[in-house]
Amino acid sequence: MQADREFLLKLAQHGPSELTPDELRQTELLRKIQITKPLVMVNSSTSGIVAGSMRTWEAIEQYAVDRSIDLDLAETGSIGLSSEDPVVSVQLPGRTRIFFSRITAEKVPSLLDDLFHQVVPEHNVIGQLQREGQESWKDVRSLDDIPYFALQDRIVMESCGIIDPFSFEEYVAGGGFTAFLKTIRSYTFSEVCELVSESGLRGRSGGGFSAGEKWKAAFRTPSDQKFLVCNAEESDPGAFMDRTLMEGNPFQLLEGISIAAYAIGSNRAYIYIRSEYKDAIRRINSAIKNLREMGLLGDNILDSGYNLQISLRKGPGAFVCGEETALIASLEGRRGMPSSKPPYPSTSGYLGRPTVVNNVETLSNLPGIIRFGPDWFRGIGTEDCPGTKIFSISGRLPMAGLVEVPMGTSFDTIVNKIMGGVGRGRELKALHVGGPSGCMVPVEQMDVAVTYENLKEKGLIMGSGGIVVMDDQSCVVNTVRYFMEYLHKQSCGKCIPCREGTRRMAEILGSFTRKPADEEDRTTLESFKGLMRLETLAEVMKDTSLCGLGQNAPNPVVSTLKYFRNEYEEHIFDRRCPSNSCTELRSWFIDVDLCTGCSICAKRCPSEAIIGAARHPYFIVQEKCIGCGICYEVCKFTAVYYK
Amino acid sequence: MVDDTARIDEILGRFPQIKRNALIPLLQAVQDEFGYISEEAISSIGSHLSLPTSKVYGLATFYNQFSFSPRGFYHVVLCNGTSCHMSGAGELLSEICKLLDINDGETTRDGLFSLEVQSCIGACGQSSVMEVNGEYHSGISVKEVREIINQYREDAGR
Amino acid sequence: MGIKLEINGRNIEAEKGETILSALNRNGMHVPTICSMKDLSPSGACRMCVVEVEGRDNLVPSCSFPIEEPMKIKTHSPRVLRARKTNVELLLSNHPDDCLYCERNGSCELQSLSEDLNIRERRIPGKRSPQKIDKSSPAIIRDPSKCILCGRCVRICEEIMSTSTLDFAHRGNELKISTTLAKPLNYSNCTSCGQCLVACPTGALIEHVQFPELEAHIHAPDKLVMVQYSPAVAVSVAELLGYKPGTDLSGIINAVLRRYGFDKVFETSFGADLMIIEQARIYQEHKDLGHDFPLITSSCPAWIHYAEQYYPELLPFLSPLKSPQQMAGALMRKWFNETGEGKGKELISVLISSCLAAKTEARRVELIPAGLPVIDLVLSTRELARMIKLSGLDLEQLEPELPDAPFYSTASAGKLCGVAGGEAEATVRTIYAQITSTEMPPSKLHRVRINKSFREMTVKAGKSEIRMGTVSGLSNAVALIEELKMGKRNMDFLEVMACPDGCINGGGQPIPAEEKLIRTRTKAVYDLDNGSKLHTAHGCKLVQEIYRDKLKEPGGELSRELFYTSYSKREVLL
Ligand SMILES: Cc1cc2nc3c(=O)[nH]c(=O)nc-3n(C[C@H](O)[C@H](O)[C@H](O)COP(=O)(O)O)c2cc1C
Ligand code: SF4
Ligand code: SF4
Ligand code: SF4
Ligand code: SF4
Ligand code: SF4
Ligand code: SF4
Ligand code: SF4
Ligand code: SF4
Ligand code: FES
Ligand code: FES
Ligand code: FES
Repeated sequence: MQADREFLLKLAQHGPSELTPDELRQTELLRKIQITKPLVMVNSSTSGIVAGSMRTWEAIEQYAVDRSIDLDLAETGSIGLSSEDPVVSVQLPGRTRIFFSRITAEKVPSLLDDLFHQVVPEHNVIGQLQREGQESWKDVRSLDDIPYFALQDRIVMESCGIIDPFSFEEYVAGGGFTAFLKTIRSYTFSEVCELVSESGLRGRSGGGFSAGEKWKAAFRTPSDQKFLVCNAEESDPGAFMDRTLMEGNPFQLLEGISIAAYAIGSNRAYIYIRSEYKDAIRRINSAIKNLREMGLLGDNILDSGYNLQISLRKGPGAFVCGEETALIASLEGRRGMPSSKPPYPSTSGYLGRPTVVNNVETLSNLPGIIRFGPDWFRGIGTEDCPGTKIFSISGRLPMAGLVEVPMGTSFDTIVNKIMGGVGRGRELKALHVGGPSGCMVPVEQMDVAVTYENLKEKGLIMGSGGIVVMDDQSCVVNTVRYFMEYLHKQSCGKCIPCREGTRRMAEILGSFTRKPADEEDRTTLESFKGLMRLETLAEVMKDTSLCGLGQNAPNPVVSTLKYFRNEYEEHIFDRRCPSNSCTELRSWFIDVDLCTGCSICAKRCPSEAIIGAARHPYFIVQEKCIGCGICYEVCKFTAVYYK
Repeated sequence: MVDDTARIDEILGRFPQIKRNALIPLLQAVQDEFGYISEEAISSIGSHLSLPTSKVYGLATFYNQFSFSPRGFYHVVLCNGTSCHMSGAGELLSEICKLLDINDGETTRDGLFSLEVQSCIGACGQSSVMEVNGEYHSGISVKEVREIINQYREDAGR
Repeated sequence: MGIKLEINGRNIEAEKGETILSALNRNGMHVPTICSMKDLSPSGACRMCVVEVEGRDNLVPSCSFPIEEPMKIKTHSPRVLRARKTNVELLLSNHPDDCLYCERNGSCELQSLSEDLNIRERRIPGKRSPQKIDKSSPAIIRDPSKCILCGRCVRICEEIMSTSTLDFAHRGNELKISTTLAKPLNYSNCTSCGQCLVACPTGALIEHVQFPELEAHIHAPDKLVMVQYSPAVAVSVAELLGYKPGTDLSGIINAVLRRYGFDKVFETSFGADLMIIEQARIYQEHKDLGHDFPLITSSCPAWIHYAEQYYPELLPFLSPLKSPQQMAGALMRKWFNETGEGKGKELISVLISSCLAAKTEARRVELIPAGLPVIDLVLSTRELARMIKLSGLDLEQLEPELPDAPFYSTASAGKLCGVAGGEAEATVRTIYAQITSTEMPPSKLHRVRINKSFREMTVKAGKSEIRMGTVSGLSNAVALIEELKMGKRNMDFLEVMACPDGCINGGGQPIPAEEKLIRTRTKAVYDLDNGSKLHTAHGCKLVQEIYRDKLKEPGGELSRELFYTSYSKREVLL
């Protein structure tokens, strides 16, 4: 759908208020509120693709060809329910759009057959999206009536999964770029800094540092060149809000970047994105191209005298490059090793120039703040922490996806009320919040209102908002060990406490979760029976590490020692895993009644722990067994069991 | 086929500015083109950017994306992010290592498979996730992983 | 001055922007450091220098924390001490317990740190990373298991030596110091200067020790074992033997070496005198050809190695002379073969040098005529000290002795070559005499003796001018050569020494090589010259005799055979 530049710029300048009825109609068309032919939208973001949405897409194309139906097929982002992918939504002219879950290719014909016969299929319906002037479907829930959506307050994710991320027109028709035009036409640099300070927006990557204050520092530092960097590394495995925002609404991010760059007086912005995020990269590249064509990027933007270039840089893969000084080193073409602060990037960053690094979610908040004003923003969330926060929830629960709630919402609301809890007859044990260097929130703390300060008080952190749900089958010690192992692989290795500390911690935790494989292992276990040493190590790592990775690396250990000490003790002293998930701690036995004496297990046992004479029941020597479970796997007579 | 030197020169030609901050994009272009970074590439990049090769090598080894041996015909990417780990990616990994007799970052002797472990492919809702030459497999179990690998082996006729 | 600091309850003042460490040091307070190095970019990696700053959550590294506002600091609180100790313990958890067998036993910073922090127990057990030792270089052995990843070698090789042989590779617990593609050192662009080794706090970089090999030769009746030692050695070995730094032990060393069993003892400065005379002639030739690029000295093997890699186009401008030790070695071998003294004996030629690159130089194919090296073994100053200790001799009771005839010079010219600028100074003295037929007053060139890496001076010699320059530290040399190439400077004669301050600070010298010690050594060399009766190489009777009896004339047939060499481009991964 092409619309001319003049019209779009007019839209962006005045919003829908001053439009002629004709133009209004065109706007509605662009926003897909009024459409002329059937519209099918497929979530083609990563989670959609992994679930098979490309095949779904082809199936829809095929369907249209086979039945000679003239329909619009468009891509969209994720609506947040990644466990329900591929999500497909269908809108017939004049009617509301309905969202369907798990539409794999083979489900396409029957789904579309039904809908084109004005029948809503029984299965896979998520709900319908109510918008003005559209006739709703009977017996279909409105999205707003579903607890998942009803309890959220989507301001940043509002359009994700609804609009076409490749359509500049649609973004503008929905009010996009009014904020940017207002910024460059009506405000000075420092006024924008001030506005954002007033709004109370804090960095969404975890530190919670005031965005406005950081900008002011950069703005105040004199320099021939300043840089804005959008941190889209999203290095926390298990977090996917930044990706979803980029895939679902790239223009919003670019508008945010443009506003921030303007505020600090920078003409050069970079987006540093994980190279694994191929689909986000595709969308952002396309969006940047659109903006250049529209004259919203480049020299002398809309005759304002303001120039801005935005370029995308692919991060070649290192967790630590999420850390801002490491990210800058990487941008400069160096090893992504963090450097000491001060100096802070805001005074001396990329190429030694003042550089503001902001997170994707932080920047995506800006268009709204400028458009509706700081007071509107302060009206959401809490006094200290205005606005919303997006959490990504995955792990041991049936649903997985994103949740955007006002700051101050409790974990209980997020995980149990919105995401429906762990279900499946299991019990919630803990939430792991904030990635590998995050912390473990026990069930008793589920009611705490999530703000930076509240969490800190309890010895917990929010991190970037990745929540991994653990149930009674997940082992706390083993999970902490996994994180520590992850971190010691990801540590840049520059400083001693982090490089050596994470490694020793991983070893110590490893010795808790398995039977000692060798003498070294045994000594490790012995010397850390008193958990005190682990605590000292944790304190020194926090105290002396150069960057946030090392400083926060002990978080999982510290928080679990605080809230789950008994699980450690069971592992260390009783040598058993209460959730039975440390397979290598299991004690294996051979059932004399079932064993035929075939000797296979004895041959395969890596530690020669199984003895016996052929055709008589075999026996496992407990002292020698390392608990690998191979005997269990190889026994054809199910004679091996564990306790 | 155009020889490697010409292909490397072509890539270098795309980065006329000799600035250090072109190093990563350059290496990425080489990695994309060849699937790995050869000694020749390291030395050409070094002289193109007037950078000591030790710096090029030092940088490239820092990041996961770059490898120094050619990739397999099938490049297996297994996610071992938090969510996938919770869904048993660890066991999948040891299974794959056993099946292919290689470790993370290695290529099988016959050049058929190479293995890369990533942390979070970005589809935590579908964990555990594995990608082979751009094709995704989600929610897989140990048994399935065996079948998938064997299928690829069959497809390649080996 | 301006910002008030309270440190351990004491009030001091600091300048805005200066680091906490510098403020501490100025006020006589000491915190341990590993990774920070004077004149090199800050790294902040080791966290040994952390201090407690009131109002800050974490400890701060004093070496890289700029003072911007008044602060209350504790440098040795229990929290700080525990942190330092734990971090050293963490290092040790991945370190071989090898001190007794370690080259750096006694001069190891990790060792003294553990001692100072009272580490008495291996409290953090753990697996150690397996590492491969690289013994490929004739000069340097790398044992990564002892590396504590402080990065000093990386920075010195890059920033001071402009070579960047080494860099960090991989990350996390895989982090290591590596050459390109983890190749052995002898396949890399390493010039064997040894600066990294001197900078290394531990035994991760050690020299290729050769003195045990001496045992096999020294008492063998069928071998004639000759030794020469370089001028820088004479004024430095004292530091390792409990003498006052800067003491010149040359006479004593002669006595010790004889007692130790060497059959012939010489000083390399004799070779340097020959080099100066030959070089003065080459200079004239260079001038006569009207080159607009200076004649560049070739006595430093690390510089030669570097030029062959990076400046193949400059090779024609390098003096074709071998280094003094190789010149002397070649002459000695020829002499003893011909005079009959070495008849029926195997000649073994040993060099004791402040230069580590000399170990690699001795293996240069260009310097191995007919497959036999001219110099068989090269020992460092440190090895000499070990040898002396092993000999059990009491130096106090030895009388100084003279070197053996006939390769003995009474001039101080060759001795000057131990310091940067010395070779240029001594050569210009002879060039001056060559042009004007009068001797130049030695003090005329003292202006080049200022403590700077690059010095330049124009000397009037009759009607002509000698525009001389001297530069030390390869990075400084590179910067200068770039200027010369662009025509920003003009010069006739340039001395290049790879090591900063020249051989006095060579890779084979005593560790630690603190700035103060380097100064003292340098002064000792200049004192020798100032106190000398004869300043010029050409003025020495003994040298003149050698020319009369043997060499005939500078640049003559025999000179060319014995003293000249050639250079060629080196293909390595740069
Ligand atoms: C180890 C480590 C990893 C980090 N990873 C990320 C990341 O993936 N994405 C991000 O936006 N910020 C990350 N950060 C935080 C950044 O350093 C920086 O503070 C942030 O980009 C600032 O953005 P904000 O102020 O908008 O939150 C990380 C920090 C550390 C210490
Ligand atoms: S804390 Fe870890 S990641 Fe950060 S600089 Fe130190 S070693 Fe590198
Ligand atoms: S689990 Fe079975 S196979 Fe494994 S070590 Fe024990 S006895 Fe042997
Ligand atoms: S494999 Fe099973 S049946 Fe055979 S010897 Fe072992 S336990 Fe007995
Ligand atoms: S490097 Fe130092 S601490 Fe290590 S073995 Fe040698 S002397 Fe001992
Ligand atoms: S220092 Fe201690 S361990 Fe070492 S040799 Fe002396 S007594 Fe033995
Ligand atoms: S010896 Fe010299 S050139 Fe070689 S690695 Fe050390 S500092 Fe670099
Ligand atoms: S080799 Fe020596 S100087 Fe280099 S990083 Fe290791 S310990 Fe430091
Ligand atoms: S300056 Fe002297 S010690 Fe250093 S490499 Fe050159 S000749 Fe050897
Ligand atoms: S766990 Fe002990 S018998 Fe296997
Ligand atoms: S953890 Fe595997 S896709 Fe995110
Ligand atoms: S000396 Fe300060 S961090 Fe190493």
